[in-house]
Amino acid sequence: MLNIKNLEATIDNKHILKGLNLNIKPGEVHAIMGPNGSGKSTLANVLSGKNGYEIKGDIKYNGESLSELSTEERAQKGIFLAFQYPLEIPGVNTNTFLRTSLNSVRKAQGDKELDTLTFLKLIKEKASELGIDEKFLSRQLNVGFSGGEKKKNEILQMKLLQPKLSILDETDSGLDIDALRIVADGVNSYKSKENAFLIITHYQRLLDYIKPDYVHVLSNGKIIKTGDADLGVQLEKTGYSNIV
Amino acid sequence: MKTEDLKNNKDYKYGFTTDVENVRSPKGLSEETIRFISNIKKEPNWMLEWRLKAFNRLKVLKEPDWQKPKYPKIDYQDLYYYSAPKSASEKPKSLDEIDPKILETYKKLGIPLVEQKRLNGIAVDAVFDSVSVATTFKDELTKKGIIFCSISEAIQKHPDLVKKYLGSVIPISDHYFATLNSAVFTDGSFVYIPPNTKCPMELSTYFRINASETGQFERTLIIADKGSYVSYLEGCTAPMRDENQLHAANVELVALDDAEIKYSTVQNWYPGDEKGVGGIYNFVTKRGACRGKNSKISWTQVETGSAITWKYPSCILQGDNSVGEFYSIAITNNFQKADTGTKMIHLGKNTKSKIISKGISAGNADNMYRGLVEIKNKAINSRNYTQCDSLLMGNKCGAHTIPYIKNNNATSTIEHEATTTKINEEQLYYCNQRGLDQEEAVSLIVNGFCKEVLQQLPMEFAVEAQKLVAISLEGSVG
Ligand SMILES: Nc1ncnc2c1ncn2[C@@H]1O[C@H](COP(=O)(O)OP(=O)(O)OP(=O)(O)O)[C@@H](O)[C@H]1O
Ligand SMILES: [Mg+2]
Repeated sequence: MLNIKNLEATIDNKHILKGLNLNIKPGEVHAIMGPNGSGKSTLANVLSGKNGYEIKGDIKYNGESLSELSTEERAQKGIFLAFQYPLEIPGVNTNTFLRTSLNSVRKAQGDKELDTLTFLKLIKEKASELGIDEKFLSRQLNVGFSGGEKKKNEILQMKLLQPKLSILDETDSGLDIDALRIVADGVNSYKSKENAFLIITHYQRLLDYIKPDYVHVLSNGKIIKTGDADLGVQLEKTGYSNIV
Repeated sequence: MKTEDLKNNKDYKYGFTTDVENVRSPKGLSEETIRFISNIKKEPNWMLEWRLKAFNRLKVLKEPDWQKPKYPKIDYQDLYYYSAPKSASEKPKSLDEIDPKILETYKKLGIPLVEQKRLNGIAVDAVFDSVSVATTFKDELTKKGIIFCSISEAIQKHPDLVKKYLGSVIPISDHYFATLNSAVFTDGSFVYIPPNTKCPMELSTYFRINASETGQFERTLIIADKGSYVSYLEGCTAPMRDENQLHAANVELVALDDAEIKYSTVQNWYPGDEKGVGGIYNFVTKRGACRGKNSKISWTQVETGSAITWKYPSCILQGDNSVGEFYSIAITNNFQKADTGTKMIHLGKNTKSKIISKGISAGNADNMYRGLVEIKNKAINSRNYTQCDSLLMGNKCGAHTIPYIKNNNATSTIEHEATTTKINEEQLYYCNQRGLDQEEAVSLIVNGFCKEVLQQLPMEFAVEAQKLVAISLEGSVG
C-alpha cells in the first residue's frame, strides 16, 4: 500500500528526514517511536502532502507516486492524518465541517453525497460509539475543546471518512485512561484486511491496546531499528539510549 | 463606446455590456442637465424646484475628504447624469414591450422579468442605468394597497406621499453626495405599505449600470405606515471597464408606529481588475427613521463589489421603544477599499440598537469599519451592542475599526466588542487533509465567519450571497 524509499525532507534549511525507508501492506499496523524532534510528525506531514517541504526520494501509495498529488487528493484517496495538535477553526460548525469533508471525499470517490438528515444519523451513531456528546458536534470546530476532546474528534473523523491509510500522530497523548481505551477500541473496530495504520506514539500503553505488527524506531531522520510488538515493550523499559 | 470592456477578469461574470441605443443628457453638471432630467421624466414643477434648490446648495458644499480610501478627483463636468435605453423612454410599459435585449440582460443576471414564476414570491423593480425598465407583480400588490413602483412614477402618481417624505430623512443639504443626488437623481424604487399590512412578498430592486461615462444616481424611498411590515432587497452589478464609475445613491426609510422595515443589500458592482484598474465608486447615503413608537429598521448588507465602498446605513431611533439593527459583511480583495459602518442615533426612550459587522480583507485591500453610536440625553434606558470582527487573508491587506461612542445618558449602556483573526496556512492544511480543496476550505471558513449576518438575509438570497462571498475571495489564499 505504501512504499517509501530513501525519503529526505528539508524545510527552512533544516534537513529533517535523511533517507527513510518504510513499507506498509494492507491490514498491517505499524508503530513509530522515537525521541522528540526525530522527525515523526514531519513524516506524517510529508505523507499527507503539507506544503513547504523540499522532498527527495520516492513515495508510492497503491502504486501511484504521491509527489504529484495535492493534500486534498491524497485525503480523497484515503490517506488520513490524525493531527498531534488539531487546529481550532472559529466560526465553523463541527457538523458542517464533518459533512463538507465527508461529501468531498465521497464525491471524489464517485459516491453520492449525503443529505443533511442521513449525515446527522450517521454522525450521531459514530459519535456515540466514541462516547462523544452530541453537543460537541454543534460547537465550533475544536474551539475550546479540551486536549482529549480534540483527539477524540480526530478519531471520529477517521471513522467517518473511512480512510485506507490512517496515520495517528500521538493520538494517545492527552487522553485519560478511559478515553485511551475508547480510542483504542475505535481503532481496533475499524481495523480490517484492507486498511493500514501508522501509529506514532511515545508510550507502550497504547500499543497494549492496539497490537502493532511492526515497531520502528525513528532517530535523527532515519529508521534505525525495526522489530515486532516486543520492541515497544523493551523500549519502555530501557529507553532509546541503548540503540540511538 | 469609448472604453473597451475588459476581458481579463474572469471571476466577475456580470461584466458584459448590453448594446442598446441610449438617450443621454447633455454632458456635465448644470442647471440645463437638471432641467433635462426633470423634463424627460415629465416631472411636476415642485420636483424641479426641489432639484434646483439642491443644486444651489451643492455649489457651496465641499466634497468630503475625511474617509480612508482616497480617490482621484472626480471631474463632475465630464460625466453624463442621465442615460437610458431609447426604448425605455416611454415608461410605463407592459413587459412584452420591453426591448428584448434588456430582458435578455436581466435573464443573464439571473433576474428573469418575464418568467416571473422562477423568482416566485419576489416582486422586482429593474433599474437599468437611469430608468426603471420594469416592475413585476404590481397588480397583486395593488390589491392590498401596497405601492411598489419606480420613484419617477411615484412622483407623478403619488405626489402627496413623495412630497411628505422625500428628503425627510436625508435633508437636501445633508452632505455633498446626498445633495448631488437630490439634484440629479434619476430613478430608484418607491414603496408604500399601508397601515396594518404585511407585505406578502419580498420586494426587490435590481440596479444595473450599463452605459459608460455615466454616473448612476439612485433614489429610493420606503414608507412603512403604522403596524405594517416589509422586507426589501437590492442587488447591483455593472460591466467591467477600466474607467471608474460613480454610483451615488440616497435611500430613505420611514417606519411609523409599530412598523418594521427589513432592508437587505447584496452589492456586487464591478470591483476593478486585479491591478486596481476600473471599478465602481459606491458612495451611498442610506438612512432610516424609526419615527413611530415600537418601530424597527434592520439593515443587512453584503458588500463584495466596487472599487471603493463608502457608506453608513443608519438608524434614527426617534420613537420610544424603537429598534435599529445593522448587519454587515464587507469583503475587499485585490485593491478594493471599503470604509463602511453605521450610525445609530438614540433619541427616544428604551431604544435599542445592535451592530454586527464582519470585515474580510484579502490581497492588497483595505477594510475599515467606522461607526457612531450616540445616545442623547432623553433616550433613557437605551442600549447598544456592537460587535466588529475582522478577518485577514495574507499579509498585505489591512483592517481597521473606528467606533465613535457618545453616551449622554447614565441609564443607558453601550457595549463594544472587536476581534481580528487571520486565516492561516495551518487551518487550510487541516481542511485540505480532510479532503476539502482550497476554495471549499476558504469558503467554509469565511462563511463560518459571516454566518450571523448571512442568516439575516431572506432565504432565497442567502444561498446566492454565500456563493458570492466565496467567489469574491477566490484565489486569495495560497
Ligand atoms: N519549519 C521548520 N523549520 C525548522 N525546523 C523545523 C521545522 N519544522 C520542524 N522542524 C524541526 O524538525 C525536527 C523534527 O520535528 P518533528 O515535529 O517532525 O519531530 P517529532 O519527531 O514529531 O517530535 P515530537 O516527538 O516532539 O512530536 C525538530 O527539531 C523541529 O524543531
Ligand atoms: Mg511530533
